[in-house]
Amino acid sequence: MPTVSVKRDLLFRALGRTYTDEEFDELCFEFGLELDEITSEKEIISKEQGNEKAHGASDVVLYKIDVPANRYDLLCLEGLVRGLQVFKERIKTPMYKRVMPKGEVQKLIITEETAKIRPYAVAAVLRNIKFTKDRYDSFIELQEKLHQNICRKRALVAIGTHDLDTLSGPFTYTAKKPSDIKFKPLNKNKEYTACELMNIYKTDNQLKHYLHIIENKPLYPVIYDSNGVVLSMPPIINGNHSKITVNTKNVFIECTGTDFTKAKIVLDVIVTMFSEYCENQFTVEAAEVVFPNGKLHTFPELAYRKEMVRADLINKKVGIRETPENLAKLLTRMCLKSEVIGDGNQIEVEIPPTRADIIHACDIIEDAAIAYGYNNIQMTLPKTYTIANQFPLNKLTELLRQDIAAAGFTEALTFALCSQEDIADKLGMDISATKAIHISNPKTAEFQCLRICVLFSSLSSAVSHLLLQVARTTLLPGLLKTIAANRKMPLPLKLFEISDIVIKDSSRAPSFNSYQHTCSQASFMSTPIHCCILE
Amino acid sequence: MADGPVAEVLLRRLETADGGLDSAELATELGVEHQTVVGAVKSLQALGEIIETELRSSKRWELTAEGEEIAQEGSHEARVFRSIPPEGLPQSELMRLPSGKVGFSKAMSNKWIRVDKSAADGPRVFRVVDSVEDEVQRRLQLVRGGQAEKLGEKERSELRKRKLLTEVTLKTYWVSKGSAFSTSISKQETELSPEMISSGSWRDRPFKPYNFSAHGVLPDSGHLHPLLKVRSQFRQIFLEMGFTEMPTDNYIESSFWNFDALFQPQQHPARDQHDTFFLRDPAQAQQLPMDYVHRVKRTHSQGGYGSQGYKYNWKLDEARKNLLRTHTTAASARALYRLAQKKPFTPAKYFSIDRVFRNETLDATHLAEFHQIEGVVADHGLTLGHLMGVLREFFTKLGITQLRFKPAYNPYTEPSMEVFSYHQGLKKWVEVGNSGIFRPEMLLPMGLPENVSVIAWGLSLERPTMIKYGINNIRELVGHKVNLQMVYDSPLCRLDAERGPPSTQEAA
Repeated sequence: MPTVSVKRDLLFRALGRTYTDEEFDELCFEFGLELDEITSEKEIISKEQGNEKAHGASDVVLYKIDVPANRYDLLCLEGLVRGLQVFKERIKTPMYKRVMPKGEVQKLIITEETAKIRPYAVAAVLRNIKFTKDRYDSFIELQEKLHQNICRKRALVAIGTHDLDTLSGPFTYTAKKPSDIKFKPLNKNKEYTACELMNIYKTDNQLKHYLHIIENKPLYPVIYDSNGVVLSMPPIINGNHSKITVNTKNVFIECTGTDFTKAKIVLDVIVTMFSEYCENQFTVEAAEVVFPNGKLHTFPELAYRKEMVRADLINKKVGIRETPENLAKLLTRMCLKSEVIGDGNQIEVEIPPTRADIIHACDIIEDAAIAYGYNNIQMTLPKTYTIANQFPLNKLTELLRQDIAAAGFTEALTFALCSQEDIADKLGMDISATKAIHISNPKTAEFQCLRICVLFSSLSSAVSHLLLQVARTTLLPGLLKTIAANRKMPLPLKLFEISDIVIKDSSRAPSFNSYQHTCSQASFMSTPIHCCILE
Repeated sequence: MADGPVAEVLLRRLETADGGLDSAELATELGVEHQTVVGAVKSLQALGEIIETELRSSKRWELTAEGEEIAQEGSHEARVFRSIPPEGLPQSELMRLPSGKVGFSKAMSNKWIRVDKSAADGPRVFRVVDSVEDEVQRRLQLVRGGQAEKLGEKERSELRKRKLLTEVTLKTYWVSKGSAFSTSISKQETELSPEMISSGSWRDRPFKPYNFSAHGVLPDSGHLHPLLKVRSQFRQIFLEMGFTEMPTDNYIESSFWNFDALFQPQQHPARDQHDTFFLRDPAQAQQLPMDYVHRVKRTHSQGGYGSQGYKYNWKLDEARKNLLRTHTTAASARALYRLAQKKPFTPAKYFSIDRVFRNETLDATHLAEFHQIEGVVADHGLTLGHLMGVLREFFTKLGITQLRFKPAYNPYTEPSMEVFSYHQGLKKWVEVGNSGIFRPEMLLPMGLPENVSVIAWGLSLERPTMIKYGINNIRELVGHKVNLQMVYDSPLCRLDAERGPPSTQEAA
């Protein structure tokens, strides 16, 4: 879940009133947000790096707010404020408009070389925008939040924003050999080739995470203006030439990516959020993108879609009895402008370009329920009549556990994942004989001082690393390790465990498998009982 | 005299002692372990008023292992100083000495040595003074000789900071004569035998009084693991509510059932290598219900069933990837698919409690594997109000009555709600579960009728167990490193009953 950090006072000024922390927490809860933490830059630094480092840092109060992962329109102060103000019926949801410029329209031409590495690009212009320090910071932060979430760490989409007045169109989006790309990147005062940059950024704590996206490709994506100035080398870095500042008036935005739908959504989110500060509020200047096949597209799409939902369907799914007019009002409070039409039971809902998360009537129904207030819904019990059954294997397990414990054994609960060593070497077996299933991407977990018990007689303690490499094929190693870790306990130790193990069995005929087992047709589980006595 | 020679000696000394004697001093005089004397004192105490004791504690300074070494060999800085010949020593070589690192910086701050950074073959270290007094060694030797009091408070605390000294507390007994003091003691009888009765000797024998505050001997018994005791209770609750248990006996799942069937897009972060354990062998699931797979593919890539879909290029290879299931909702998807194949539709209530796996960074509350509890109801016309009603009944059975619901986002439920309950101890609302109504994009491709809704909720088994049993670190609950004493001692699991007052600790 993304967390958005906003200055409290700035937020309250934009909301036009102040709240106590409890009141704001309550509002967040109702709207589906979570006020996760109240802090300040100073507190964050002092927590992470110690009190001395925090000296002189800002102690402006920050609200850290958790936003649902599909609400890209709430990832910045502007969006949060707009969402909450509409929710509280203090403002109406704005209409976002795309306009053609009076003069020449900005054009971005995609060449076919991009096809193999990053085929899609979209663009738009924010004309006569007025930044302040806070607005500028929020603009940069929003791009970062989008990069981390919907853009999947820039793999699906990467955003570049540029001072249009330093550039001259038309722009070309192409792909070139890394050695042929040379430019002065953001915040450097010297030109580098793409190869050099990839080396330099290997040690850059922020950028090193994105290098793998293009690293071993023969061609790197790059955008030029008509004078050969590099705007950006997506998804790594922008050029320094077109860098935006607080004083930038006209912003050219490009989004490149491997997922066309997401690139369009990202562009829509940025322009709908920040066109608020344009001279013509909520108006975005169009840009044209020419695809390699010659087709011309105009962006941003800013598409409004109409959905028809029956009022009784909403009532039936939520479990409330509201009039169609009231339901339309509730939806309008969620930025979904709605009105009752037709037979008086139909609600026409307008999905704005900010709400890419609305893809089905059920999403609209949820918003009606949120606006109604989850906690105002009457709780009822369904009349579903059913006869309960236990899963036979688990039923037997429960019975056995009781009786084995009654026989004086104590139940152990050990991990299903373990190292190859545990199920093979330490039991004197060859790993290939264990028929174990293997994990391809284990994270090494370092366990401090894992004591290994070697068949009761010789106890040795050693510092070792526990690798989660395989699923256990026997319960024995877990039990032996439990004994080894409990050597201080009085004897006798009598332990048992009944749990699942996994064994690969490719000989199993597929016909044995119901759908229930299709996935594991190459492996099956069994539930052995294992007891150990140490006396 | 069955109480051993030490007790005998103790009594004889006490008879002639002026006032009393100290257990530690006696141990030194007799040349036995202090613990042996303590044992004798305790056995005499048990005999009644023979002796009186007073527990005294005294503090003493002792050398640590490193302190011992220094008292013997000299301080690190002195050793560094001594190893430097008149012509100096390269710093790199000095650092390789056993005392190099610590000794170098201490010797530098004592101004015993200097570094010449401009020397030809790298920085070189020279002596500054001709000889040094090894104060640290001298002080430690004083402590070793039992003369710690000759050091100032500041000197001692400096040595303690360097981990050369520790302060140990010694508990000793001051023993004096009791009201029934006697050097000739006979063992008190603990059992009345038939012989004593027939011979009448019981009249003259001293009997040991009953000790009703003794712990007693625990009978040998087996114990169930507390987490699984809680699991049994949750199973019981579901069964009481008429829920049927789903088969979950497959840790291995295909991405298809774990994600795709749940309308979770293929670029979803949960499908990342960082979050999910994928299998190398067997890497791919071969058998998938292909007609259903095609409906799922179409819903993801193009939409349908009233949905816009996610509009991306859905790949079968991605769906075939085998993994360790990340949630039991994969098992719920299979159960609902099976339900959809049964015609006509019959309402169902399902539950499962089983292990799931996440490739997570491990900490006090996260392990790579944990248990998930899941409940599902499928019927015509279920509402959000029904979901909340079922949740209320379920949590009431857990002893949780104050609930509220927060809008949330799950990829496969819409509407979704997080369940919060008011925690009396923490004085705040804490999340206790997640719930929602499964998306039509998940249910309709399975073949379930359009007016059937499926409500579902889930929570972890570990969290309520940790709260119930007051365990803060999950490693103290699950895995081979748990202390079996915890398993032995864990009380009954009564989820709907308030925890009683903590049992009072008896004096040992």
